[in-house]
Amino acid sequence: MQTNPVVEVKNLTKIFNSLKAVDNISFEMHPGEILGLLGPNGAGKTTTLQMLLALTIPTSGEIKIFGLDLEQNREKILHDVNFSSSYVAMPYSLTVMENLMVFARLYGVHNPQTRIAQLLNDFEAEDVKDKAVRSLSSGQITRVCLIKALLNDPKILFLDEPTASLDPDIADKTRRLLKKVKEEKGMSILYTSHNMREMEEMSDRIIFLDKGTIIAMGRPEEVQAHFKGESLEDVFLKIARRE
Amino acid sequence: MKPHRILALVIRHLYLYKRSIPRLMEVFYWPFLDLVVWGFITIYLTKFKGTLPSFIAFLLGAVILWDILFRSQQGLSVSFLEDMWARNLLNIFVSPISPVEYIFALMLVSIVKLLLASAVMILFAWLFYSFNIFLIGIALIPLIINLVIMGWAMGIVTMALILRLGQEAEVLAWAVAFLFQPVSAVFYPVSVLPPFLQTVAGFIPASHIFEGMRAVISGSGFPISELVWATSLNLTYLTGALIFFYWNFGVVRKKGLLAKVGE
Ligand SMILES: Nc1ncnc2c1ncn2[C@@H]1O[C@H](COP(=O)(O)OP(=O)(O)OP(=O)(O)O)[C@@H](O)[C@H]1O
Ligand SMILES: [Mg+2]
Repeated sequence: MQTNPVVEVKNLTKIFNSLKAVDNISFEMHPGEILGLLGPNGAGKTTTLQMLLALTIPTSGEIKIFGLDLEQNREKILHDVNFSSSYVAMPYSLTVMENLMVFARLYGVHNPQTRIAQLLNDFEAEDVKDKAVRSLSSGQITRVCLIKALLNDPKILFLDEPTASLDPDIADKTRRLLKKVKEEKGMSILYTSHNMREMEEMSDRIIFLDKGTIIAMGRPEEVQAHFKGESLEDVFLKIARRE
Repeated sequence: MKPHRILALVIRHLYLYKRSIPRLMEVFYWPFLDLVVWGFITIYLTKFKGTLPSFIAFLLGAVILWDILFRSQQGLSVSFLEDMWARNLLNIFVSPISPVEYIFALMLVSIVKLLLASAVMILFAWLFYSFNIFLIGIALIPLIINLVIMGWAMGIVTMALILRLGQEAEVLAWAVAFLFQPVSAVFYPVSVLPPFLQTVAGFIPASHIFEGMRAVISGSGFPISELVWATSLNLTYLTGALIFFYWNFGVVRKKGLLAKVGE
């Protein structure tokens, strides 16, 4: 791809006390690209995402999003990105609709009602629209959080284990939907998952993190071939178990 | 500052009151009770004409004004806890909102709650006691505004500490105001304190406010100097509290704790 990258990360490092959670990583993400971050527990995936969302300040290194320095252009950049994860929730005593209206206003979405109705339809979630979030299942909450993450038509979507609590049917539909949005709008997605089949299916490229460093980066089949694995799962096990 | 973002959060917090009876009680029932007590005592006091047992009025005035201080502090820190408990802080801080916009929104929430409560009080004062309380109340308004600002300053510091220290600091949301009560001269004048504590009290806006309240109630004129003291201290502390919050927010982002607040 010859277009300017939407995300440029250079020599990014995060040290907590003495632990190098992220150790000098560099990568780029292009418009319309789906980039999968994978790696064992504690590899530094969540820490990387949080630095890209300006939630955590890097120890050193450079993050540029849309060609702009993140720390200096936080407000501008965050307006055009969004985030969801299976570990965030929403105010429990508000209904789904109330919550989504709040976030639509927070992002200054035009015609929030129409936008929400369309996303509820896409995610087959109209039936929970007037229910309090408290009464939803964790998978339903995850779906509502994904709707929230698409409200502002983000140019980049950051997802931390987005499908972790979804049943296989909904997880599959969610993947299709994200791919569809990506096709239609040219949205880029950076996401983490421990589901290797999902990684293969979804990602244009993957980044394999281990102990804070990138040990492999490329198209899923390239990474697989590089490590001489039969599948991405096989590669993962080889690396995690140091074979 | 973007008004639509602030409004979004104000609405988020006001939605909480739509269906929750305990939360509605907090806004309406307690002020209503305050008012009934305050009203009866006023009726009682007017019977004495010249020989007012003013210490009773001092006491009740103190109870009510203390409640305002406590509630404006809570208006901030408890709203913040609501976002933390709902695991909503991450959703908020990945949006373009700035910490100042967030705090500003919570201030507005606390004003809305206070105004609603006051509206109830004024209405019932008019219904039950034909306006008596409202008249006394007018002179207290500048003092009340100062109490609200002091409550905010405490609320912001509490939020900063909860952000930094996590759940262990939650108790501060309920306790912080009481830490200052002994030197706030709420129920007694500053003059009864030992000299050292008198000096400390001089730096607590509330002590000037409660001295002022007693001056208003005892009819000894409007306490301009107390008001000036309280206002200058309050503006200093509010600025200090905001700086403290910003500094803490930075530390929390360095430690990577923003995503883990409350866990
Ligand atoms: N705020 C923090 N303070 C101290 N250490 C932290 C903090 N956040 C993460 N860590 C440490 O940094 C390392 C990377 O954590 P991170 O959450 O990024 O891993 P991850 O790849 O997302 O793992 P998982 O697959 O379990 O979600 C871990 O060793 C973790 O203990
Ligand atoms: Mg993680």
